[in-house]
Amino acid sequence: MAFEPDSAAEVVIEEETKGRGGRPHGFWKFLLAVGGFVLTIALTFLGLLAITFFIGRVIPIDPVLAVVGDRAPRAVYEAARVQMGLDQPLPIQFIRYIGSVLSGDLGMSVSTGKPVAQDLARVFPATLEMATLGIIIGVVLGVPMGVFAAARQGKLADQIIRVVGLLGYSVPAFWLGLVGLAVFYARLKWVGGPGRIDIFYDGLVQPVTGLLLIDSLIAGDFEIFMNAVWHLILPASVLGFFSLAYIARMTRSFMLDQLAQEYVTTARVKGVPERLVIWRHAFRPILVPLITVVALSYAGLLEGSVMIETVFSWPGIGNYLTTALLNADMNAVLGATLVIGAVFIAINKISDVLYRVLDPRAR
Amino acid sequence: MASTRDWLLDDSPSSRLQARMGRGYRVFRSLLGNPLAVLGAIIVIGLIVMAVFAPLFATHSPTAQNLSMRLMPPSGENWMGTDELGRDIWSRVVFGSQITLVIVLLVAVLAAPVGLVVGAVSGYFGGWVDRILMGITDIFLSMPKLILALAFVAALGPGIQNAIIAIAIATWPSYARIARAETLTIRNSEFISAVELQGASRLRVIVAHILPLCTSSMIVRVTLDMAGIILTAAGLGFIGLGAQPPLPEWGAMISRGRSFILDQWWVATMPGFAIVIVSLGFCFLGDGLRDVLDPKHGERQ
Repeated sequence: MAFEPDSAAEVVIEEETKGRGGRPHGFWKFLLAVGGFVLTIALTFLGLLAITFFIGRVIPIDPVLAVVGDRAPRAVYEAARVQMGLDQPLPIQFIRYIGSVLSGDLGMSVSTGKPVAQDLARVFPATLEMATLGIIIGVVLGVPMGVFAAARQGKLADQIIRVVGLLGYSVPAFWLGLVGLAVFYARLKWVGGPGRIDIFYDGLVQPVTGLLLIDSLIAGDFEIFMNAVWHLILPASVLGFFSLAYIARMTRSFMLDQLAQEYVTTARVKGVPERLVIWRHAFRPILVPLITVVALSYAGLLEGSVMIETVFSWPGIGNYLTTALLNADMNAVLGATLVIGAVFIAINKISDVLYRVLDPRAR
Repeated sequence: MASTRDWLLDDSPSSRLQARMGRGYRVFRSLLGNPLAVLGAIIVIGLIVMAVFAPLFATHSPTAQNLSMRLMPPSGENWMGTDELGRDIWSRVVFGSQITLVIVLLVAVLAAPVGLVVGAVSGYFGGWVDRILMGITDIFLSMPKLILALAFVAALGPGIQNAIIAIAIATWPSYARIARAETLTIRNSEFISAVELQGASRLRVIVAHILPLCTSSMIVRVTLDMAGIILTAAGLGFIGLGAQPPLPEWGAMISRGRSFILDQWWVATMPGFAIVIVSLGFCFLGDGLRDVLDPKHGERQ
């Protein structure tokens, strides 16, 4: 499954950064740039809110009926309608919607009976834990693979890494998760089964951060820590495979660009050992674009976790979203969509800023 | 005595038809030089043939239940085994190719023209039209595609038509971006000025002179996107929001096989192989097409 952010979006980043050639000449220009940037982010978030609001409006389920039931008398129905603000014109409803989202009110979940915001805060750490381990696996394996492939361009190793990269675009994440469970859990018993932890240990650790690995260490319970790792390793590896595929592909492409540069040829002609040419001369300049790639890939994993969490019954935001979808729990669906979308946009924009700050040419 | 080949490769074609066929022939020739692209083309053609002639490939009925043959492992009789209702998995995978093909074609037919028109109009007119259209496009682009599709299916209700609409809604923005970039490079060329000076209307310039030039990069992009569309559709089917049972959709089949994955692995695994092979085929073909049709955007080899 391709968790690659749209390449068209990357082109946009490049166009923008290229367009801002030269240092800003004064404080005002800098302020203007920051102001413009903040405005873009604000507009993007507004767009996101507009999408979720629109989806909330077009649903065939009548939100009033969901509250009062279909036997309610006309007067009760009307009163509920007015109380929910649904008698107001759409623009006013939209402004109210923005207001309530900004104050952290995402409505009540029908299936859990709790506020959606509270639910999301509870499930988010599980997703964060899995995606973070996933991206670590992706970077630790993907970057060397990409460099290696570029160094052996056209050889067998390069071809194999290329096919692995393309597999990252053509294997369904949920299927890979299921096959992983069948092989590594059921047959080989190398890893733990679905869920974050064995039922036996459930609830034994005091939640501090919500991240089981850290909480169990704080509690000093090494047994629970190992059990959590045991459960986490397979879903994180499956997620890691997809970020690995993307990171390796991009690293290879960046490296090939650098290796074709004249200064690399100069270094080689001067007799610098090939290992140094690759890691010192060619690799260092690609670090900055790589950071952007890693950030984008991290945002993509958030999306990928929806499928993986469903397969592994992982109590994270993805699982929460799919459960809500199947129960037609619209507040929960829209709340989860909003949070995932907002984090996705935030990571994208942060990587954009990082790129501009770190790359002198983009300033 | 000019052979057909000479006629096709003629440097100065005497008719539009000859020029077009010659160009097609050259693309075809360079594709043949790329083994992965050929493999991809074979897979895609295989998918189409299988979908069209599904009854010929299937050994059983895709819906006929046979409870005495539940969950049988792959054998000479049932090549991919049977599922929990005794249905032949191979036959279901074969008929599932029809659903996959329909989804992929409909998404392409819905999303590509919308993206093409939005992008071309945005690029050609510039100014406020451009800012507003691209602002909307960027908002959609900044959302994760799968989440967007999920949210729209949630609103529209589960089912294969709604899944197709939702995927199309999530897909069109990247096409708009590409069409706009292409239009910007074409807009200021001399032949466009010439057409404009001859008094062609804006509509005519866009439809007759700009859109045709955007199509080749669009074909590349759509082919490359096919894998993603197939995976999203299968994902929706897996969650239970796409094609509904008893339709033999591959994602939904994997979802049914989920309960038996530990003991009867073939139920969930077999349709997955079909998805992987078809998606890889589109990836290979798309990569090859990009190298041929769009060398400037080609991956640096």
